[in-house]
Amino acid sequence: MWSWVGHRITGVGIFFFLLVHVLDTSLVRVSPEAYDAVIGAYKHPIMIMGEIGLVGAIVFHAFNGLRIILVDFWKQGTRYHRQMLWAVMILWFVTMVAFSIRHLMIFFEGWEGF
Amino acid sequence: MTTTNSEAVLPAQGIEAPRSGRIDPKYLRSNPSSGSFEMVAWVFMRVSGAALVVLIFVHLFSNLMVGEGIHQIDFAFVAGKWANPVWQFWDLTMLWLAMLHGTNGMRTIINDYAEKDSTRLWLKSILYSATAVIIILGTLVIFTFEPCLVDDAGNLMDYAPSFCESVVN
Repeated sequence: MWSWVGHRITGVGIFFFLLVHVLDTSLVRVSPEAYDAVIGAYKHPIMIMGEIGLVGAIVFHAFNGLRIILVDFWKQGTRYHRQMLWAVMILWFVTMVAFSIRHLMIFFEGWEGF
Repeated sequence: MTTTNSEAVLPAQGIEAPRSGRIDPKYLRSNPSSGSFEMVAWVFMRVSGAALVVLIFVHLFSNLMVGEGIHQIDFAFVAGKWANPVWQFWDLTMLWLAMLHGTNGMRTIINDYAEKDSTRLWLKSILYSATAVIIILGTLVIFTFEPCLVDDAGNLMDYAPSFCESVVN
């Protein structure tokens, strides 16, 4: 039940980010200055935290989605759906620790201050 | 949904689903004429979902986890990537699959929560319009992109990626 709610909420969030992301990328057709200015916003500390949140939503939606596929198509899927949810949460945690450390290290290395 | 419906195994054991055959057809949720579309949509969500895991994880890894990560993203970085047809095809596939996957998910959510027919119609009209605009815009951007911009005097602009120097001169 909660994995289903989580799948919906992360899905809607990712969808709205996707709309914005296609629009900001489309600025490469306007001018290099316009693109660099807008994409620069993604390098602000607040946006760095937002990116960790976004990747957290994507990684959960991805792993839980693979679990749904296994529940639907794998013979033992319904029997092990609970164990697979634990696997999703553990894999999510490991992935997010690795991503967050790397993303923050890169951010602080190249950060020129406010 | 499938995770909570543990009764789903019963018909396979020869026991009919609860109340099957005792419901007036007008109260049934399934509509035989829309059955095949929903089935195709259901399969599409699983096939595109599995593909998107690979497409998006590689996208995130190559853009954020290697090189200078978030700091390397600028016009020249995008230009350098789209100079390679593999990345053009990669991003195009990701755009189409993610938009269709997301739109179908949003359609499901609208069907679930918007109870009035007119509300559903309005929300879905807005959804499909937004989807069409984003897919067409994104596709045009990928295919009409010009990486080696020159100024009026014909000189390469500062923003151009390094490979442009051999193309222009």
